[in-house]
Amino acid sequence: MNNKLYGNLIFELSHSGRRAYSLPENQFGHHTLPDFCKREKDAELPECDEMTVVRHYTNHSENNFGVDNGFYPLGSCTMKYNPVINEEVASMASFTDLHPHQPIETVQGALEVEYNIQRALASITGMADVTLNPYAGAHGELTGLMLIASYHQQRGDKKRTKVIVPDSAHGTNPASAAVCGLEIVEVKSTSDGLVDVNDLRPLLGDDIAGMMMTNPNTLGLFEKDIPEIAKLIHECGGLLYYDGANLNPLLGAARPGDMGFDVIHLNLHKTFSTPHGGGGPGAGPVGVCEKLIPFLPKPHVSKTKDGFVIEDSENTEEFSTANIRISGYLGNFLVILRAYTYILTLGKKHIKEVGPFATLSANYIKECLKDDYELPIDTLCKHEFVFDGLKDKSTGVTTMDVAKRLLDYGYHAPTIYFPLLFHEAMMIEPTETESKDTIDGFIEVMHIIAKEARENPELVKGAPYNTPIGRVDDVLAAKHPILTYRQLINDTEESV
Amino acid sequence: MAKVIEGLYYSESHEFVKVVGNIGYIGITDYAQHALGNVVYVDMPDVDDDIEIDDDFGAIESVKAASDLKAPVSGKVIEVNENLEDEPGLLNKDAYENWIIKVELSDTAELKNLMDAKAYEEFCAE
Repeated sequence: MNNKLYGNLIFELSHSGRRAYSLPENQFGHHTLPDFCKREKDAELPECDEMTVVRHYTNHSENNFGVDNGFYPLGSCTMKYNPVINEEVASMASFTDLHPHQPIETVQGALEVEYNIQRALASITGMADVTLNPYAGAHGELTGLMLIASYHQQRGDKKRTKVIVPDSAHGTNPASAAVCGLEIVEVKSTSDGLVDVNDLRPLLGDDIAGMMMTNPNTLGLFEKDIPEIAKLIHECGGLLYYDGANLNPLLGAARPGDMGFDVIHLNLHKTFSTPHGGGGPGAGPVGVCEKLIPFLPKPHVSKTKDGFVIEDSENTEEFSTANIRISGYLGNFLVILRAYTYILTLGKKHIKEVGPFATLSANYIKECLKDDYELPIDTLCKHEFVFDGLKDKSTGVTTMDVAKRLLDYGYHAPTIYFPLLFHEAMMIEPTETESKDTIDGFIEVMHIIAKEARENPELVKGAPYNTPIGRVDDVLAAKHPILTYRQLINDTEESV
Repeated sequence: MAKVIEGLYYSESHEFVKVVGNIGYIGITDYAQHALGNVVYVDMPDVDDDIEIDDDFGAIESVKAASDLKAPVSGKVIEVNENLEDEPGLLNKDAYENWIIKVELSDTAELKNLMDAKAYEEFCAE
C-alpha cells in the first residue's frame, strides 16, 4: 500500500460485525429502553478493527501539510511557526481541568493570565482596554462594529448607519458590517494601492458610523495617510476601526492606538502564534480607546485589591448598549494562554524584532523575484506583497498553474486571486520565523517554475504530479460538491 | 486580446447592452469572462423585477471570485437566460451570444453614458 496515495474512506473499510473492542460479560441483566428512545434503523456507522482505524487516520494525517511540514507563504494568513512551548503550557492540567463555573477563588491563576494578556495586548496596540471574548477574527470584527453602533445609539445619534470599507479590504469587513445591520460604502484605492483620500472626502457625513481599515493593507502597503483619514473620520463624528489581520509587521514598531484608531481586533492565531488554518480554533480579542470602555462585552476580567474578579452584567436577557454579549465565557481560554506564552517568551525586547524581520523577509523575496513575476506596485512592502502573475504573459501559464506547480516542489501555495485588484494576484507572506536558507530555497523554486513556464508551459499547466491527487476539476467541485458519503454512493449508483 | 463587438454599449464594470428597439439584452463582456475565469454560477433577477441603473441586479461566481452585476441601464426584466442556470460556463464560451437578462428600457437616454466599442477597447487596454 502506498501511503501517499492512500484514498479510502473509513466507510469503505467497514465490514459488518467487525469490532475494535470487546465488552465484559453483562452481569447486570437486561434493561430495555422505552420504545420512543430506540432507533428505528441501524446507525450505519463504519465497523472496523482497531489496527485498520489507526492506520486509516495515520495515513490521512500524513497527507496533511502544515507549517511544521514546510514553508507556508499564504498571504494575509501569517503562517508563522507555533512554538512548542505554547502547546506545553496549554496542555498543563492546572489549566485544562478548569471549569468556567468554578468558584472564583479557585481560578485566580487563570484570571491572572486573562488580565495580564488584556494589559499586554492593550500596551502592544496602544489601546485603553481589551476584551478577550470573541472566538475568531471575524467575530472580533462583529464585536468591534457592535461597539461602534452601541456608542452612537447610546448618544442618541441614530442616523449613523454606514460603514466605509476600502475596495482592497478582506471580504470579512463588508460581511461583518452587514451582519451588524450597517450599510457598506466602498472607498477606492489610488494607483499606488492606498486609500484614496480624495475619494473618501465626499462620502463623509452625519450618517457615517465609522470606517474600517486594514494596515498594512491587503497589498502589504503601509497606509501613509492614516493621520489625515483619522482626522476626517473623527471630524464627521465617526469612529476608526483597525482590522488587525496584518498587525504582524507593526509589532514593536508602531501602535494603532497612537495613529488615532478607536477600535481594533487582533488575530491571536496570526500575529501571536497560535495554530490556525485547520490546526486549531482562533481568538479575536478587541481593543478599544478610553471612551468605548463602558461598551466592552461582558464578562470581563478586572483586578481589585482582593484579587481578580469577573465583571458581568446583572440582566443578560435584555439588550442594552452597555450589555453586549458575544460569547458565554471569557473567550477561547487555551488559545489565549498560548498567545500569552508567546508574548512572555519573546518579552518586550524581542517582540520588537518580529515586525522588522517579517518585513525584511517579504521585501527580500519580492526583490529577488520581480524579474520573473509582475510586480504591479513596485515599492517597499511590509509583511507581504502581491504579484500579478508571471511577467511573461505569452506562455498562457496562470497564477493557478504556478500555485499548483509549487505543491510539486513541496511548498504550500501562496494566496491566489486575492485581492481582486489584479487579475492574476499572488500574495506572498513569508513571516519572520523562516530562515534565509528556507527563503532562498523558495526563491530558487519560483525561478525554476518561471523557467518551466517559458520552456515547457504544458508541464506547469498540468501540475501537480507529486501530490496524493493530481489537478482537481475546480469547476466541477464548485458546481457539484460531494459533501457526504451517502451522496457519493448515490452519485456512483446513478452513473452506473 | 478580448473580443469587442461593434454596435453594443459598454459599461466601466464590463457589462454590455445590445439594443433592439426598446429592448436591451444585458450581459458581461468577453474581457469580463476572461478575467473571471471559469464561471460556476449566475445569480439572476426574476422576470418583472425593476432594475435601476448602477444598482446590483445579480452576481457571477467563478472559480476565482464572486462579482456583482451592475445594471448599465434601468428597466423592467422581461426575460432571464435560463440556459445559464444549468450551464453557467456558456458565458466563457461566448459572452456576447449568451446574454444574461432581457429588459424593457425605461430611459434610452441612459445609453448616452455608456461607451461604444472603440472607447471600451481603449478602456480595457489601459
